[in-house]
Amino acid sequence: MGIEHFLAAIPWEKIIIQTVNGIVTGMILALIASGLTLIFGIMDVVNFAHGELFMLGAYVGVVVLATSGSFWVALVVSTLVIALLGAAIQVTTLRPLLGRDPLTTILATFGVSLVLQNYALWQFGPVARKIQEPFTGYFTLFYLDYPWYRLLIAGLSAAIIGAFWLFLKFGKYGIWIRATTQDRVMAQAMGIPVPWVHTGAFAIGAGMAAASGVLFGPLVGVNHTMGLDWILKAFIVVVVGGMGSLGGSIAASIFISLLEAYASIWVSPAQAVIVSFVVLILTLLFRPTGLFVPTPK
Amino acid sequence: MSADLTSSEPLVAVEDLHTYYGKSHILQGVSLYVGKGEVVGLLGRNGVGKSTTLKTIMGLVHPHRGKVLFAGKPITGLPAHKLARLGIGYVPEDRRIFRLLTVMENLRTGLDRHGVSEARKQELLDKALAYFPILAERRNQAGGTLSGGEQQMLAIARAMMLEPKIILLDEPTEGLMPRMVSQIREIIDALHREGVAILLVEQNVPLTLEASERIYIMEKGVIRHHAAASELMLNDAVIHRYLGV
Repeated sequence: MGIEHFLAAIPWEKIIIQTVNGIVTGMILALIASGLTLIFGIMDVVNFAHGELFMLGAYVGVVVLATSGSFWVALVVSTLVIALLGAAIQVTTLRPLLGRDPLTTILATFGVSLVLQNYALWQFGPVARKIQEPFTGYFTLFYLDYPWYRLLIAGLSAAIIGAFWLFLKFGKYGIWIRATTQDRVMAQAMGIPVPWVHTGAFAIGAGMAAASGVLFGPLVGVNHTMGLDWILKAFIVVVVGGMGSLGGSIAASIFISLLEAYASIWVSPAQAVIVSFVVLILTLLFRPTGLFVPTPK
Repeated sequence: MSADLTSSEPLVAVEDLHTYYGKSHILQGVSLYVGKGEVVGLLGRNGVGKSTTLKTIMGLVHPHRGKVLFAGKPITGLPAHKLARLGIGYVPEDRRIFRLLTVMENLRTGLDRHGVSEARKQELLDKALAYFPILAERRNQAGGTLSGGEQQMLAIARAMMLEPKIILLDEPTEGLMPRMVSQIREIIDALHREGVAILLVEQNVPLTLEASERIYIMEKGVIRHHAAASELMLNDAVIHRYLGV
């Protein structure tokens, strides 16, 4: 009797809806965090400008969409433009600092983030812009009209991450990236041009941030501070997933997004954010190497 | 038979190298050379600067003073990856296998270079795997799961992928079982027959004397003695004096 009562009290419909929501935001977050963790893993740089690359990616998307009229062109062009910008930032600001105290690179990327944010404010103004989604169909999920576009976001993010994984696993430059991540000095001694591998990895991370910015643009307004929320969450999942672990970050992205989504069934979404901080604190207290990496021996 | 100690065209020559780690003056004016296709031993007690000499040649440590020449051209201060492409292979003391990469991927780090045809890559792989059949068996295993001896073989095979003109070999037999040691010895001979020069740093004195043509003995950051290996084999007083064995 008690069990039946309990089961009946569970809002199954809401849970399923929130599961879908959690996976959608989790995949976007995973796309942002993958770039962040790649950059950290390979050059020990905590990239505080990552959220601004996400934001600028969305803005470039806005501009290209306005001129070309195609969402897909906007997605590709924005990814490439921001990847190039990332390469330029790496060469001019981070390459000269390689091997210095980590604090210097943190300050440098923080400075870059302020410059990019204020550039966006100056260039595009404080009013949020809108990216029109490529299609506006809905399907019925219980009592909701659920946009197909959200599922497309999750699918595309997964596809980009999957392609990136295949590249790391089988591509010539993917092997260079993994070798450099594991042992920078020995990679050099094997003839791998490590400074350029760093630049390339930074460009890839930046491009992935830009792609997620364009994909996510239609769900929220595009403005100069949109990177801040995401970068904070991305940092949390990178730590929870285990610094520098790609698989860990992806798992943590989905895990935390699902927890937040479930929490917001009972509390307001603003309060649900607290869940991710609680997970972060618990992780740092009890498993500081990350939740989703094997315990180091 | 005395070796020719004044070979006219050295492949690698270092002149008056001074290297510091922080404030410690590790190399205090090291000069040596290795001729084309020559096996040269570098002996000395722990901490006299043998490994630092190799790292300095490889461009992993930058000297404060002195020159490194490769085929007569100055290479001091060039980044390590350019030296690797020029044909300097490096097998470090602790092997430094890419632990999460498979055996094949470890080999590919040196193989995926510009201007190497697929056929040539296959040829290089086949040759290395013929030397080290165990690596062929383990090809899809992560480097970190190999035994010490297997890791040493992988480190040497990996350096061979660069088609090096010289290999800097740092204590290849350290911590290995006797059977593995003799296998390393055979590999050194095989590379020698192929015309690859080797600068061999070792604690194993008998092996070094047998494998090398010439020997340098280091003490406290400088070369103290330079002789043909055959000479030192007959005169172990020098060995005893500097190495205490």
